[in-house]
Amino acid sequence: MIITILYYLLTAYIAFLIVWNLLKRKKWQEEILYIIILIPFLLRLFRLK
Amino acid sequence: MAINWLYPRKFIVIVLGLVLMVFAGMSFYESRHLKEPVVLSPGVTQVKNLSDYFPDIKGTINDSNIYVLEGAKPGGTILILGGTHPEEPGSRLATWILAENAVADQGRLLVINSANRSATTVTRLGGGYPPDFTIPTEWGGQKFRMGDRWSNPLDQWPDPEVYIHYPSRQELAYVDIRNLNRAFPGRANGTLTEKTCYALIQLIIKEEVDIVIDLHEAELQYPVISTIVAHEKGQDLAAMASMVISGTEGFSIGMEYSPPALHGLSHREIGDHTQAISLLLEAPEPFLDATRGRTGRELLLEGKDEFVVKAGKHGLLFEKMDENGWPVEVRVGRHCSTILQILEIWSEENPEKSVLVKGIPSYAEVIEKGIGDFLHDPAKADPKRIYYE
Repeated sequence: MIITILYYLLTAYIAFLIVWNLLKRKKWQEEILYIIILIPFLLRLFRLK
Repeated sequence: MAINWLYPRKFIVIVLGLVLMVFAGMSFYESRHLKEPVVLSPGVTQVKNLSDYFPDIKGTINDSNIYVLEGAKPGGTILILGGTHPEEPGSRLATWILAENAVADQGRLLVINSANRSATTVTRLGGGYPPDFTIPTEWGGQKFRMGDRWSNPLDQWPDPEVYIHYPSRQELAYVDIRNLNRAFPGRANGTLTEKTCYALIQLIIKEEVDIVIDLHEAELQYPVISTIVAHEKGQDLAAMASMVISGTEGFSIGMEYSPPALHGLSHREIGDHTQAISLLLEAPEPFLDATRGRTGRELLLEGKDEFVVKAGKHGLLFEKMDENGWPVEVRVGRHCSTILQILEIWSEENPEKSVLVKGIPSYAEVIEKGIGDFLHDPAKADPKRIYYE
């Protein structure tokens, strides 16, 4: 259970880094790439997939 | 003055991403929470749960229903497991037919439609599987969850680098820590999948089950196919069933020995750790083949695929495959007739432990009438006789 909670915290941290990087990008292609990468992390955080 | 589009553009990209996530999330949520009705056969005398045998599993998704069909005369007890691997839907559909139609005259039949219910709530990650499928019926159709081979990561996560099976300490693939058919005999303080196996073992011991039949489907490129895999205790029974079925039912089924050194599987561990004879049935399912084409509902239900046919022409298959494919009725019918023959042979050889059951259709009847003919309309049933998987 503790390991599972740590993995959820890790997922939230990586999701935060992806959003942070998305906001820093200048090219729209990279923004699209970051938002697509972000989706599975959010789906796991919201316990949907 | 030039307009700075950077932040409006980021806003639009984020909104588009969230819309995508919401639509995907809704699909996943609906799939996970789809209610599958079981209209109980008049022969179902009691519905129990796995937590009746192992209380620690109460409140978890894997506290599965156990449909008990008890005859008026005492006899033996036979347990049928469906949904050990829910991505093999022929197994669950066969148990639906049993729970909705079978009536025991002597002995007891215990039926579990979703042995690993967690695995019924997710499809293979990145596999492009359909979330559900519908079996046509006279009253419209019944929708079922597609399911996966492994427990849902939402219920058991993360996986280890290497899965060490308990108690053998055999090293298995990391993902198989969520595979019910690699976690037997389970352990009381283990993962959800191990606890589920432990609960099933307690059920088998406490109910003095004589035979466990675990229903499966397999890809045609896998050598263990169209067969009964038998523990040493069940070899005579399986061999006799194989001969009788191949001679009378209109299809061939082989018989194989359960490898003593391959751990975690039901046919090995249930036989080793309980008094029961353990058998595992495999029917062909082209949907699972690596060389298949589009992984859609048609392939799942009709079992037709030109790429798997081509693999057969190159000698890569362990079962025949032609343009007729392997429709789900054929796969489910094979399971039904094999169960019927095992019950009959067991009862002839063990009169004091007979399990006599009527209402189970044969292979020919399932193909002729379709699976939907044996599924009952929940709208017309007594609500007290409807349970949900």
